Amino acid sequence: MKEITITTNKLNHLIDPSLHIWGWEIPVYLFLGGLAAGALLIAALAIVYEQKKKLPSAYSQLAIVAPVGLSIGMVALFLDLEYKLHVFRFYTTFQITSPMSWGSWILMLFYPFSIILTLGTLKEGWPKLYKVVAPLPVVKQLIPFCQKNLKQFAYYSIPVATSLGIYTGILLSAFVARPFWNSAIIAPIFLVSGISTALALNLFFSKKPEEQNFLTKMDLIAILFEVILIALLIIGMMTGGTQKAEALGLIMGGAYTTHFWIFFMGIGIMLPLILEIMELKGFKVSHYLTATLVLFGGLIFRFIMVNAGQVSTWVNY
Amino acid sequence: MQSLKNKYAMVIDTKLCIGCGDCVVACKVENQVPDGLHRDWVVEETTGVFPHLEMEIRSERCNHCDNPPCVSSCPTGASFIDKNSNITLVNSSKCTGCKACVASCPYDARFVMPEGYISKCTFCQHRTVKGELPACANTCPTHCIHFGNLNNPFSTVSRLLRSRKYKALVTEAGTGPNVYYLL
Repeated sequence: MKEITITTNKLNHLIDPSLHIWGWEIPVYLFLGGLAAGALLIAALAIVYEQKKKLPSAYSQLAIVAPVGLSIGMVALFLDLEYKLHVFRFYTTFQITSPMSWGSWILMLFYPFSIILTLGTLKEGWPKLYKVVAPLPVVKQLIPFCQKNLKQFAYYSIPVATSLGIYTGILLSAFVARPFWNSAIIAPIFLVSGISTALALNLFFSKKPEEQNFLTKMDLIAILFEVILIALLIIGMMTGGTQKAEALGLIMGGAYTTHFWIFFMGIGIMLPLILEIMELKGFKVSHYLTATLVLFGGLIFRFIMVNAGQVSTWVNY
Repeated sequence: MQSLKNKYAMVIDTKLCIGCGDCVVACKVENQVPDGLHRDWVVEETTGVFPHLEMEIRSERCNHCDNPPCVSSCPTGASFIDKNSNITLVNSSKCTGCKACVASCPYDARFVMPEGYISKCTFCQHRTVKGELPACANTCPTHCIHFGNLNNPFSTVSRLLRSRKYKALVTEAGTGPNVYYLL
């Protein structure tokens, strides 16, 4: 038993007494990155399966969330950098072992595809915006190209969007030093959570009851997958040795228990799950409420993961 | 097979260390570490239940690991392993301050400089290339900090690890630390 541990002369800024290097910027970025990935993936699938009539908003309105959401997320990411002048250094190299390096290049790949899918569907999806941007010099030439090759680029967008969604999770799971993060299953959780939040956001755009019903059904499936994956994450940590068990303690009686079980699992997962089931059974439930809860759940999940992970450690001093 | 590179290590005698903190002061002066930041620190760990207690005092710092996660997680190559040894260093002109290396270190040995780049212990490379000891080892009044090359079987550190019982910290993380503590 450790009676007392005194560490003298450390207390480094952001490192002691417990690591807190990443503030609100990283969770917000991970949330928006996941949302953007989900949005592009759903839009691409709607285009590939030619669901223009059945899913008009997923087909033509959702794609714009990808470049806009990711751009806001990247501003947050930029704000987190301590040496902002050196941001270009991400793009003068490729470090094969660094998830963050993979991520920065995936982001560069993601942008063109998200913009092509946005411009290709802008006329039907956002006619007012189309009227403003269509006469602009470069856009004028780009739009016919995007419209013509829409389906082909939608195909390519599927792996690109999936890799962005997965990367947001690997970014955390690749750190051996933080037992709470060090689980490969975080990557699929973040991907599914990103898809779920994008479906929820799509509900805000959708006007067609048939489409709303389909989106609610899909979101229900996504949330169920999320629940299963989170259960697997917890089982993995429970059975994973002292470090993992100690890290799990953070959400099992520790400082993040309320956040995790009440705000995330309760309000962000279970409540929308119940509301969606009720809605599909024919009860009158505002799908705006459900969608808001799902988005809230996705955001608070990123906050809990990023913060709890930083607290978890191998050395308790 | 032993590599031709120098494998620098510190061997710190916990039986001799009195926790005076001179290593910390020496490091701060030698490396001009800014206020409130430290490249090395002293841990006094008391184990047991009163009155049956035992105490261990350790001077801790970057472990200059064989398999450093701070280098593999760095997205820009700013964190790197020295060409001729196992010393891990930071190239501040490439560092973006993304803090991936800080998160990846099981020893929490890295920190953010006021300018925004990451800094850490360098085993006083600027001194050791001239054949001098790192500042902490040079200053220690009880001579409990030994520095040397583990690839040289005749070095003090090699002989101490052959003849004494020792441990390293958090070896379970698999990073291959090179700061040893004599027990």
